[in-house]
Amino acid sequence: MWADAAIAAVKSLVMLLLALNLTVLLLWVERKGSALIQDRIGANRANIFGGILPFNLGIVNTLIADPIKMFTKEDVIPAGADKLLHFFGPFLAVFPVLVTFAAVPFGDVLVIGGREINLQVAELNVGILYVLAMSGLSVYGVVLGGWATNSRWSLLGAIRGSAQMISYEIAMGLGLIGAILVFGTLDLQAIARAQGATIWGVIPAWGIIYQPLGFLIFLVAGIAETKRVPFDLPEGESELTSGYFTEYSGSKQATYMMSDFAEIVVVSALATTLFFGAWQVPYLARDGFHFPGGFALALPQVVVVVMQVASFVLKVLILCCFQILVRWSLPRYRYDQLMDLGWKTLLPLALANVLITAIVIVLAG
Amino acid sequence: MGSVTFFLLATALVVSALTVVVHPNPVKSAMALVATLFLLAVEFVFLGAHMIAALQVIVYAGAIMVLFLFVIMLLNLSDEEAEARRRGRALFRIGAWIGGGVLAAELAALFLRVPFPAPAAPPAGYGGAESVATALFVDYALPFELTSILLLIAVIGTVVLAQRRAS
Amino acid sequence: MVPTSWYLALSAVLFAIGAVGVLVRRNIIVVFMAIELMLNAVNLTFVAFARQLGTIDGQVIVFFVMTVAAAEAAVGLAIIIAAFRNRPTVNADELAVLRW
Repeated sequence: MWADAAIAAVKSLVMLLLALNLTVLLLWVERKGSALIQDRIGANRANIFGGILPFNLGIVNTLIADPIKMFTKEDVIPAGADKLLHFFGPFLAVFPVLVTFAAVPFGDVLVIGGREINLQVAELNVGILYVLAMSGLSVYGVVLGGWATNSRWSLLGAIRGSAQMISYEIAMGLGLIGAILVFGTLDLQAIARAQGATIWGVIPAWGIIYQPLGFLIFLVAGIAETKRVPFDLPEGESELTSGYFTEYSGSKQATYMMSDFAEIVVVSALATTLFFGAWQVPYLARDGFHFPGGFALALPQVVVVVMQVASFVLKVLILCCFQILVRWSLPRYRYDQLMDLGWKTLLPLALANVLITAIVIVLAG
Repeated sequence: MGSVTFFLLATALVVSALTVVVHPNPVKSAMALVATLFLLAVEFVFLGAHMIAALQVIVYAGAIMVLFLFVIMLLNLSDEEAEARRRGRALFRIGAWIGGGVLAAELAALFLRVPFPAPAAPPAGYGGAESVATALFVDYALPFELTSILLLIAVIGTVVLAQRRAS
Repeated sequence: MVPTSWYLALSAVLFAIGAVGVLVRRNIIVVFMAIELMLNAVNLTFVAFARQLGTIDGQVIVFFVMTVAAAEAAVGLAIIIAAFRNRPTVNADELAVLRW
């Protein structure tokens, strides 16, 4: 009883720290990475042990100095704002994103003292639906934050945001249905396990092999859900100053920014789980490696679990970096182009993908 | 679920439902309704309906209510009801509240008097995706197809209503 | 385990609140939301009875209610916007052009 509760608490803590640390790490990748892409120096105003390294990595600047500055700034509530909803806006933005991680498995089973621990915070048999439900709720942070500040820019950003997120949610859900059809389950851990198999004994049976189009649709819709360039019309810096969080400052604005980065991690974690073999390392089973050709390498169980978790984190990081690369490479869409892409391109593609997948599955028996 | 949890949830549900009805600001009303729907989803989980709970949040809280908020913001509605309230109708309002109270009390008293036997433990997988899907696509296949036609009609109707007529 | 009758009583209270909302509010969107509240109160009854009877049918009906509610919300809100275009009000008393 108490052991179970303790295990659940530790698992939640591990997952939460994993998510938050990835989120914070992305802050640095974004600042320095964008500088690299644009051939700038980037954040280099603060440093300790200056001179040990010939160049400034900007870690102190982006991860310590800037957050301290953000969280100690004055919290301005504009006149005419709805104080209650202005206060709740950032929380409503960040809470649904963080609880999504509960359904994402970050490893296989860890055996400690004869007790099998499933490395997933919440074992839900409707895992994917739970994730979609929570990502659907994240729109309220945008809508209420924009409305509560009583500013025209914010309101426009909120209206844009609500329409955009609702539109792309449909494409996102339909993009996932192909993968659900292939694996025949909504349980994310079961999907992760199914990807441990191989096709013809060589190719790892990851979701992307079966569902390349589904992955593409999911990724595009996912980037649109994070409201970043090229889909950043709710923020639209050049036209709406900062969109729905124009009137937020200090720690509340930091919370909004954090929810944005956490969404990137969520999209990457889901893409990893569904399309890139979750925590699977190719040819690694619970007792060690089984390479094609009969060569096997036995490994202790703890090593296997550590490798699995590391593989999951690595894949998520790569996908996160890819999203940041996209953000700094593409220009912003116009609003009608955004709606066209969602409704006239992604939605029909997703429907065709579902239909073709279903036909193939029926024909293949 | 214990009775303490039930009463906490029930109290929260009644408070948020009352907020929907009495709050003069439509946006706050809508947010209270979102809270009500979310709490109902929690009730569904306790009743073993996991799939329905997830759908409740996706469809109601995630889609329908966003649509409501979108329309409220698009029309930029404010507390315009305060003015309408001053124009009489006080008697009607009091009567409506009394009538509603009587209705709730009657129904609740009636239901609480029925001695339901304790429900049997549900079979494994009850309320999960598989059991709901089996019922939906086997026993209720025809109604399911009919609802898809209903949705199609709704889409067409909405487009017709929403388009601006060139005049 | 909480008895089914408690759930039924709760849903009766929620339904009554929704019904009062339809009667006393004049903002047509809020009236609409009160109707959604009534639908949801009934959904709670369905799910409670599904558990009581040990069958899944009640939950399937809830699925249909949700579908109808979604269709209704889409059409209803489109009607409200169309009406708002002709007369900039959402007060149900002022939208009485068709009444004799």
